[in-house]
Amino acid sequence: MKILLATGLLVFHLSAWAAPMDNFEFETREQEKIFQKLNDELRCLVCQNQSIAESNADLAKDLRTEIHTMLLAGKNEAQIKEFMVDRYGDYVLYDPPFRPMTWLLWIGPVVIFFIGLGYARRFIFQQNSAAAPGELSAEEAERLRNLQSELNLSEGGGNARENTMKKEKHS
Amino acid sequence: MPLIIFALLVVLLAVGLTLNPRLVPSPLIGKPVPVFELPLLNGEGMFSDKDLKGQMTLLNVWASWCYACRQEHEVVKQLARSGLRVVGFNYKDKKQDAQQWLKQLGNPYQVVVADEDGRVAIDWGVYGAPETFLIDAQGIIRHKVIGPVSDQKNYDALMAAIKAISGNNL
Repeated sequence: MKILLATGLLVFHLSAWAAPMDNFEFETREQEKIFQKLNDELRCLVCQNQSIAESNADLAKDLRTEIHTMLLAGKNEAQIKEFMVDRYGDYVLYDPPFRPMTWLLWIGPVVIFFIGLGYARRFIFQQNSAAAPGELSAEEAERLRNLQSELNLSEGGGNARENTMKKEKHS
Repeated sequence: MPLIIFALLVVLLAVGLTLNPRLVPSPLIGKPVPVFELPLLNGEGMFSDKDLKGQMTLLNVWASWCYACRQEHEVVKQLARSGLRVVGFNYKDKKQDAQQWLKQLGNPYQVVVADEDGRVAIDWGVYGAPETFLIDAQGIIRHKVIGPVSDQKNYDALMAAIKAISGNNL
């Protein structure tokens, strides 16, 4: 029963993955290869987290048909991409080109990484320097002396208390 | 310092939440309308890009299957009443359904072109309905509304664009 259930789940899972199938015919293998490549690289505008190869949306179907028509008309990959970008903007590409509009998109993560790296380096460096004793200012030296003399006093007191405790034990 | 970074992140993410990822900026703004020729919905001839020139025009992409088109229709009518030329672009629709829809809700369009297979809509960068293009008298696309024009933000932006072209004439 368990095995049956598992198999059932697996089958359903696979059916959810099935990409839409249209019956496009090509004259050459090369055309078909470009077709597949473009379908995977172009974003479906309606359902934005899918490529137009994965999407069942009407527009994605129309765009697949359009790409197919252009391939048969002898257009190459770059021409078809340009056609799409002219109409829908860089947005249609999953791999947008480097332009003033997109530089933040490309450089942003690297910049953030280096900021993080710099911050981490400073943090580690600070910890090291905190461990090593540095020069004290006059004020700090004065405070240190005060603290030390207080400590000496309380140490003495502590000893006194210890002594009394010992005495109590003896008695 | 970590608090400042955290605050910056909060601001950044908060701004991100208010943006609408479904809005795809059109690369066609500032460019001439694409070359096209389509039959009229009423079957009485053809309509081409040249017919769009000569007068500021609103090209309203709609379909009978589109719910938001129904929502914005009153505002489209009101814009047409104000004297603006409004051309309807019937997108991937059945002729009968489209005509029935206009009969029921009213027809503010000077003409309606029918793009039954959606082929011309691709040249316009249309990826849904409703979408509305503002075209100046020279046939240059000056503004694009994605979604219903009845939405206050969309409406204000459209009116600002119209004013920018006509110089407060409308």
